[in-house]
Amino acid sequence: MARTVTPARKTINTAAAWSVALLLFFPILWTVLTSFKPEAQAVASPPIFLDFDWTLKNYEDVQNQRDYFRFFWNSVIIALGSTALGLVIAVPAAWSMAFVPGRRTRDLLMWMLSTKMMPAVGVLVPIYLIFRNLGLLDSRIGLVVVLMLMNLPIMIWMLYTYFKEIPVEILEAARMDGADLRSEILYVLAPIAMPGIASTVLLNIILAWNESFWTINLTVSDAAPLTKFIASFSSPQGLFYAKLSAASTMAIAPILIMGWFSQKQLVRGLTFGAVK
Amino acid sequence: MGQITLSGVTKRFGQTEVIPPLDLSIDDGEFVVFVGPSGCGKSTLLRLIAGLEDVSGGRIAIDGQDMTAAPPAKRGLAMVFQSYALYPHMTVRANIAFPLRMAGMDKAEQDRRVRGAAEVLNLTAYLDRRPGQLSGGQRQRVAIGRAIVREPKAFLFDEPLSNLDAALRVGMRLEISELHERLQTTMVYVTHDQVEAMTMADKIVVLQAGRIEQVGSPLDLYRAPQNRFVAGFIGSPRMNFIEGAEAAAHGAHAIGIRPEHVAVSATEGTWRGTVGVSEHLGSDTFLHVHGTGMADVLTVRAGGEVTLKHGDAVFLTPDLTKLHCFDVKGLRL
Repeated sequence: MARTVTPARKTINTAAAWSVALLLFFPILWTVLTSFKPEAQAVASPPIFLDFDWTLKNYEDVQNQRDYFRFFWNSVIIALGSTALGLVIAVPAAWSMAFVPGRRTRDLLMWMLSTKMMPAVGVLVPIYLIFRNLGLLDSRIGLVVVLMLMNLPIMIWMLYTYFKEIPVEILEAARMDGADLRSEILYVLAPIAMPGIASTVLLNIILAWNESFWTINLTVSDAAPLTKFIASFSSPQGLFYAKLSAASTMAIAPILIMGWFSQKQLVRGLTFGAVK
Repeated sequence: MGQITLSGVTKRFGQTEVIPPLDLSIDDGEFVVFVGPSGCGKSTLLRLIAGLEDVSGGRIAIDGQDMTAAPPAKRGLAMVFQSYALYPHMTVRANIAFPLRMAGMDKAEQDRRVRGAAEVLNLTAYLDRRPGQLSGGQRQRVAIGRAIVREPKAFLFDEPLSNLDAALRVGMRLEISELHERLQTTMVYVTHDQVEAMTMADKIVVLQAGRIEQVGSPLDLYRAPQNRFVAGFIGSPRMNFIEGAEAAAHGAHAIGIRPEHVAVSATEGTWRGTVGVSEHLGSDTFLHVHGTGMADVLTVRAGGEVTLKHGDAVFLTPDLTKLHCFDVKGLRL
């Protein structure tokens, strides 16, 4: 039986949905608002919502103290680099798990997922020492590798789920048609799985962009991305909420914009196969 | 050329042996149908020939050359799948051209062959569409087109018609038979439908539990089935089996008689029974006869215009020259 939705009920549902959305969005909104406040008004009690002296001074100060674009480029390189490297490893891995599973494939997948349940700080010391010995501390390559490894289980899992949806006969047909493994993945599997691959890439970029534990602990300045940029405003000169908010806004703006434009793709990719 | 020889081919999945050692030879230009109930290993056997599954033992030769370990692409065979297995992101043109593109053929030649195949299969108007925009029958034709452009040594069909509706199935059956007439290329065709097997094959291979029960022409199998399984599987409706005294009278453990080899009368005959369900097909009527005391039910064919009703008495007379006798193991006597 179809559920009947009365107009009143619809209004309540809509109001509830908006409340949850606002609740989730509020911290970001507050950060953005605070970034335009003079430092004194930023800490005023009771808090001022909109009626303050709007200013861009915080942004000027932030840019004058630290070169935003240097951090920005590091973030871009680390996010894209770790995603690209991850894809090169995750696509073949997911292919083999989806299409030529062995007896232990299921266990392997669960084990990979379980590594995500381990607290990252548990391996901080060994990884720090390995990076120090290899000279990878404060290097972009080091961060690309470590973030790729952190997100690889999620990439493989996502791709595996998408690949599972593709009938194996299509790949067998390609094999019969003379495609070698490379052609099979490049010309048949990848184009069919493109929505899934795209959302995996997007999600991974977002995760890598927002990752702060490793990026803060393994960098000093050369490879420091935007997470370090924000963090650097929180401690040394005491707390300056308005400047910190401006720095945060600058750090999250690019990924927020990217997420906004790709949300349709992301939602489609994340629900791919759930409803046919 | 397209001669395929299997010698001692076996297949195991883990501990389970799905195909015990099996020998079979398929001649060049032959239309061979593998038929059997679900799970009899017919598709597995086809996939072994295709190279999509590795054999666990034995040898597969194509045109005398050992291909046991060759990858699918190197065997020179083309396959049509039950699910069509078209590339959904490519146009019909690109789908048909795909094997040629993989072979590195030049563009002009690809185009010429694709147009040729499209003409043969009535697909010219659909070349720029995607598989999603085609009907089931058209999709199956594209799949066949993709197979024929390669000019393979042999075609492998894995239940290609089972996703089509009944009317379309008959049409496509004819088309595939005509294609075979024209190309004279070896075709190996897997089906569970004995009507497809009877109408299309030069040679039928009946399989059960991975074993070959009998190999022969459709009429050989119909006239002289080597065992009860083949006798029951080939022919529609299936053969009636009678055990006990009536069989013993013919010196057999069991006798078999096909529904079309029993004369039906309302007044006189050898066996007496009562009409149960009758199925009217127009041209024929199949009567299910109970209470003969020999078998639960006997199916017999009567003319299209029989007037016998449920519960009527009926007399049956088997054509003794068409009687099949089997021993206790089910083998033909």
